[in-house]
This record gives sequence, structure tokens and C-alpha cells, in this order.
Amino acid sequence: MSAVLELDGITKRFGSLTANDSISLTLAQGEVLALLGENGAGKTTLMNILFGHYAADEGIVRVFGQQLPSGKPRAAIDAGVGMVHQHFTLAGNLTVLDNIMLGSESLLRPTTSRAQAHKKLLQISERFGLPVSPDKKISRLSVGERQRVEILKALYRDARILILDEPTAVLARPEAQRLFETLNDMAKEGLSLIFISHKLHEVMAASDRVAVLRGGKLVAERATAETSAEELAELMVGRKVERPVRQDHKIGTPVLIANEVRVEAGGERKLDDVSFTIGAGEILGIVGVSGNGQASLGALLSGLTQPTSGALTLEGRDVIPLGPRGMIRAGVGRVPEDRHSEGVVGELAVWENAVLERLRTPEFAWRGFVRQAACKAYAATLIDRFDIRGATPDTRTRLLSGGNMQKLILGRCLSIGPKFLLANQPTRGLDEGAIAAVHSELLAARAEGAAILLISEELEEAVALSDRIQAMVKGRLSDPIPVGEADPQRLGLMMAGVWKDGSDAA
Amino acid sequence: MRLERRSHVPLYLVITAPIVAVVIALTLAAGLIAAAGVNPMTAYAEMLRGALGSRLSITETLTRATPLILTGLAAAIAFRARLWNIGGEGQFFMGALMTAWVGHSLGLPPVLGVAVLLVIGMAAGAALLAGPAYLRLRFGVDEVVTTLLLNFIVILFVGMMVEGPLRDPMAFGWPSSVPVNGDFRLPDLIARTRLHIGFLIAIAAAGVVWLILSRTVFGTETRAVGLSPSAASFAGISLPRNLMAVALFSGAMAGLAGSMEVLGVTAMVTTTMSPGFGYAGIVVAMLAALHPAGVVAAAIFVATVFVGADAMSRATGVPSFIADVIVALCLLTMLVALLFTTYRVRK
Repeated sequence: MSAVLELDGITKRFGSLTANDSISLTLAQGEVLALLGENGAGKTTLMNILFGHYAADEGIVRVFGQQLPSGKPRAAIDAGVGMVHQHFTLAGNLTVLDNIMLGSESLLRPTTSRAQAHKKLLQISERFGLPVSPDKKISRLSVGERQRVEILKALYRDARILILDEPTAVLARPEAQRLFETLNDMAKEGLSLIFISHKLHEVMAASDRVAVLRGGKLVAERATAETSAEELAELMVGRKVERPVRQDHKIGTPVLIANEVRVEAGGERKLDDVSFTIGAGEILGIVGVSGNGQASLGALLSGLTQPTSGALTLEGRDVIPLGPRGMIRAGVGRVPEDRHSEGVVGELAVWENAVLERLRTPEFAWRGFVRQAACKAYAATLIDRFDIRGATPDTRTRLLSGGNMQKLILGRCLSIGPKFLLANQPTRGLDEGAIAAVHSELLAARAEGAAILLISEELEEAVALSDRIQAMVKGRLSDPIPVGEADPQRLGLMMAGVWKDGSDAA
Repeated sequence: MRLERRSHVPLYLVITAPIVAVVIALTLAAGLIAAAGVNPMTAYAEMLRGALGSRLSITETLTRATPLILTGLAAAIAFRARLWNIGGEGQFFMGALMTAWVGHSLGLPPVLGVAVLLVIGMAAGAALLAGPAYLRLRFGVDEVVTTLLLNFIVILFVGMMVEGPLRDPMAFGWPSSVPVNGDFRLPDLIARTRLHIGFLIAIAAAGVVWLILSRTVFGTETRAVGLSPSAASFAGISLPRNLMAVALFSGAMAGLAGSMEVLGVTAMVTTTMSPGFGYAGIVVAMLAALHPAGVVAAAIFVATVFVGADAMSRATGVPSFIADVIVALCLLTMLVALLFTTYRVRK
């Protein structure tokens, strides 16, 4: 196999931070290389240099033996490098074909040759097994389909090397599996691929070779067949990380009971007569492909939406009319699905976010004035107790890493000793170390008797933490099963909507 | 070349940004002055002399700064919550009109009467912004459009009132309203000048606004709402209530500006009593980066331009409209300067 791509001694500094420290890598034809590393390890920076978004301070990039001029994405595209970004760059109001043609034709040409482009697109789509409808509007496509369009866009520009930045971050499990099958097919067709990831099981499942980055340095390269998830985890984090293990203990009396709760919005039934019970010291896991009503369930339990019918009680008390502030007063802790848009206000200080939910309580306010000293002292205790790194009470919250931001959110929920805790995708996008920290906090809260609802797309996480599991499909919930009975086949069937013999939720 | 977000905006940038913006705006305006056939340095010297060259001119500048501080505060409060109140001009006139109307025949002791009239002015400004705020919250109507267009409606309404029901019969056919009762005039701060205690009231208002925005629950919630409505509402802050409170607060400041202009300077309402105080307030707020202390400084600067331009015009023949040009250029250069305080340029 010959090297189609060589990175030689790439170094990139941002101020005092060295994001990439003389990294050398090669990619062979027909190979799937995984670039593994925690958030901030320098993966994305390296790929941006390769693609010409950034200019490296030192080092050179060779594609098919030719050196690429630095800082010129156009040169990278012309050399046959395509990039699929984590956040898609598609125009929603245009069709698939329009999006693919956009930017690939000269502005000065008076006519576009749509028919020809249409033909070429279908050829590529067939060759690589990427089905697509060229005339559909992007806004009508699912996330997985949009990603397919992004890949096709790169292939349409004759990319022979494809870089995918965290391609599964936005995908549900089945879509991710389909993507990896596609990647393998593409490699067989002679394309060379690099995908960036911090998820071990993906790397193990889909790559030929793994390059591990840590702190801007290339710390190891392994053939995937000759390594293990454990070894990679240790290489990636730099020390042994073990997720905490749930201890069996006695579950207390029911704390939160939802009975036939229905939520309708815009003529659609978002939650369809959902019932569940969570006892003191119990974690109930809700698994399922996202977009099946998890957001509505999260909003309901956060006090943001009102059900159209049904009952929701916390220790026998109706919590439906309370709203967010009332829920918090009643002893509800809420970890939102999206920590950036809902969890914190990035531009505010850590102390302000620490108290934002309870700003009007006497602990933090006096006659309408904020008791800043009390707030900052409280924030300092959170930072200390929950090991929020890189933060002082006055730090801008957006400067925290995802894991530390999540610890702040979790900390402000747990510090009130909640009776019920909603943990909605609590580890999404976090790296191994932070996931372990979040898991131990959840288990500690469980040990103290909190009833916890865990909504998660990560099956390993749900199985590791939950006492019982229910699956959510199209706004409906399956009957709960004890975690002991939750094998992958059973969970897979539940998530497909099959939860009783022969009965189908769909 | 690309823009990269700064992780931290150093204080020196916050302070130098408006200064650099003003210098660039003045440089650009110098081109226009030169095109009018006058040496820009001479013109600016005349401007400075006219605005700050004597005791009288300084008091005149501060008199002009008084309503600008308040309309600047009105814009700063609203903009912080991302409520785009472009209607300061209309709220100013509404405050002025109601003050003159009620103040003409109000029978109260002077101090109490002044207090009542100022509150009426504030209520009038607040009420005028409450409508657009309600439309935004209830139907999602863009408040930029509604507040901007309300300005014209209000000014035409004022025109109708001073030509009709409120016309002063003693004004020799000049379209002006009946005057307020002389008992309710704001006392002069310095004898034989137009500078009245309204200036101190405006400074105090800036202090109160600062206190409210930075130290109170309402202020903190307002900042959260402005920076991230989704996170604010997740934390249980009611967006409609917060936004309505902001609207009333903002409108009240602009209304107070109009009220004090009547009680302190003009004694009556005319359609020409404002050289664009409401619009200039937006520039003041932006130059101040929405900070109340900055609003006072920026208002004095803009007042200097306005007052100085008249003097420059008399001395050099450059039309005094150059003041509007300079103020408008300041807004544009400040917006660019703000971009460079939040982002840095990388190769």
C-alpha cells in the first residue's frame, strides 16, 4: 500500500497553547484511519491544517506526493481532499443537487449543467452505496441523510481522501452503524478515510488503524486488530480510567410517579400516555433513538411544558402547575439535554450560572438585590466539591470544557439534595474522564436516596447505571424491565418498538 | 484571514474601542469638511471652542447632554435584553407632550407637581413601548419595525396637538403647545444659563440603572435573558415578564428625557424640540458598550458634537448637518470596533 497522504512534523500554536506538537502521520490507500483523542487533544486542529483551514506553524502536508500550499482549502479540494464537518454546511431551502453543485461551478459560466450533474451524482451514489434523492429539499431530510449529502458533496468534487470530523456526534445508533458500513464500502472502492472520534467502540468497530492524540502529541499508532478498547482508553486519557460500578441496594418508596401523561404540541402527540414510577435511590433509564419524545419528556420534567392530560406527582404532590422555579423548590434537580443552549449562559460568570435557577431565594437575594458574596461562596464550594477544573467563581462559563460545565450543572442540582433528578443525556459529547466523573456523581446521588431519571442514547451507559430500563418510541414508553434482563437483543427490540410478543408500538 | 473569538476581552480594549471609533469617524468626517472647502483642523478647533470654550458653552453642552444620557440609558437597557427599541424619539415626544399637557393646568405645590409630572412623562414613554413589546411577545412582531414607525406616528400626533387642541393662542401662530405652569420649571443648576437640575437627575438615573443592572435579581435575569433566552427560561426566568419589565423601564427613561426637556428647557412642546435625541441615544448606548457610566461620557461627547457643530457652522460656513454625519459615522465605526473587541484577526 502506498501513502496517499503524509503529514510531516505538523506544529500549530495558539498563543501559549501548542495544539499540535510535531505530528507525523501517513494514510494508505483504501485505509480507514481513526484519529482518537479527548476533547482538546488537537484532532480537529490537525484536520483543519490538513484541509487548509489553518496554516501550520511548522511542518508540511503531502497529498499523493505533492506538497500542499498551507492555508488554502481550495488547493486541498483540488488535490482530492474532502472534509465532512461535524456541523453541516448545507442550505436547508435548496435541493440536494443544488447543495452539491454549489461552489463546484464557476460563477462566470452563464448556464449550469444540471442534467449532467444529476447524472454524475447518481453514479457516485450508486458506486458508493449512498442512496439519495437529488431533488429533495435539505430541510426535509433527516440528520443521517444530510450527512450523506455532505459526503456526496465531497465525492462529487472527486475527493479521494475523506476526512470526517466526529461523524457520529449527531447520529443515532442505527444511523451510526449504517455510516460505518458505508465507510468500509468506500474504502473497498479505493477511497482513503480519516474519521475523528473520541468514542472507543466506534474506533474499534470501524477502523483499520488508530492514531491516538493526547495534549497535542501523537502518543500511539496501533493496528485496530492488535489493540483493545482498554488499551486505547488508557492511551487516550494517559492513565487508567474506570467507570464506576453500580452497587445493588434496596430501592425505597416511589418518589416520582407519572400516570398516563400526554403532551400535545402543534397538533402532534409528543408524549403518548406515558407512565413510569421511580423509587428513592433508583435510577430509571430511558433508552431510545433521540427524537422519539425524549425532548418533550425532558421539558415536562423540567417544568417547561404542561401536559394535556395525565398526572405527575412528586411524593404524592402534583407538580404539573409548578413551573421550573416551583419544581426546583419542590426538590427537583434538572440536567438539560443541551448544556450550551439550556444549561448555562456562557457569557455569564460561573457564580451567576451556579445560582441562576435559585436567584430569587433568600439564600442568594435580599430585597431584590443579589447577595454576591453568598453567591460566590456557594460557587466556590461547588467548584471544590465537584472538582470543576479551570474555574473560579468569576470565570466566564463558556471557557470551561464540556465536562467541567456539566459538573457545574450537576453540582448546582445535587447541592440541594434533590428528591428527584432528571439527567437528560448527561454525558453527551464528554470524554472518558468526565464521563466517569458524571457517572460517579449520579451513583452517589442514587446512594443518597435520590430518584433519578436517566435519558440516554448510550446503551452502555443506561445499562451500567440504571436499575430498570424503559424504551421510548414515537412518544410511547415500553413497560420497564429490570436491568438484569437487558441484553442487547432485548433492548434492540424494545427500541424498535417491539416490547410484547407480537405487539408493535408503531 | 479569519476572525477568532477572544477568550477574554481585556479592559484596555473595552476603553479604547470607542475612542478609536470616534477618532476614525472624525477622520472620515474631515474628508467631508475638506470637501466643503474648509481646513478640517480649523473646523474641529471651532467645534471644540464652540462646545467647551467658555463657561456658557460648557453649560449649553451639558444641557444638551441631559436628554441624551436618558435616551442613551433607554437604548442600553433595552439592547441588553435584546429588545431593539428604536423608538426613543417617539417615547421622548410622548413624555414631553403628556408633561406639557398635564403641567399646563396642574394645581399642586411646585415640588410635588414636578415629581408628578416627571412620573407622568416616564409613564407615557413606558406606555408607548409597552405596545410594541406586547406585540412582539404575543405575535412575534418585530419591534424594530413597530418602534421605528411609531416615532413618525407620535411626531405627527404631536404636530396635530400643537396645531389643534393644545395650541398656544399666545404663540403668534407658531405651532407650539401651551406652556407648563411656571411653578413646575426645573430650577437652574447655574444661574443665567440653561443648565437645570435635570442634568443631576440624569446622572443619578445612570447610577440607578447601573445599580439595577449589575446588583439586582432583575438585572442579572435581564442579562441572562439577553445573552441566552433558552438557558434563562430553562432556569425558570419568565421571558415575557422580564421583557415587558425591560420595555417599561426603557420607555420610562426616554419619556423622562422628554419630560425634563419640557420642564427644564423649552416649557412647551414643539415638533422641532428634539434634534433626534431618541436616535442619538442609540449611538450613545453603542459608544458606551451599553454600560451606564459609559452612557454619561458618550452623551457628553455627542452633545459636544451637536453644540460644537452649530458654532463651527457659524464660524466656517460648513453646514451644521455635519453633526448628524459625525454621529452616524460614530455608530458605524463603533460597530466595527465592537467586532474587533470580541474577535481577533488571525492569518
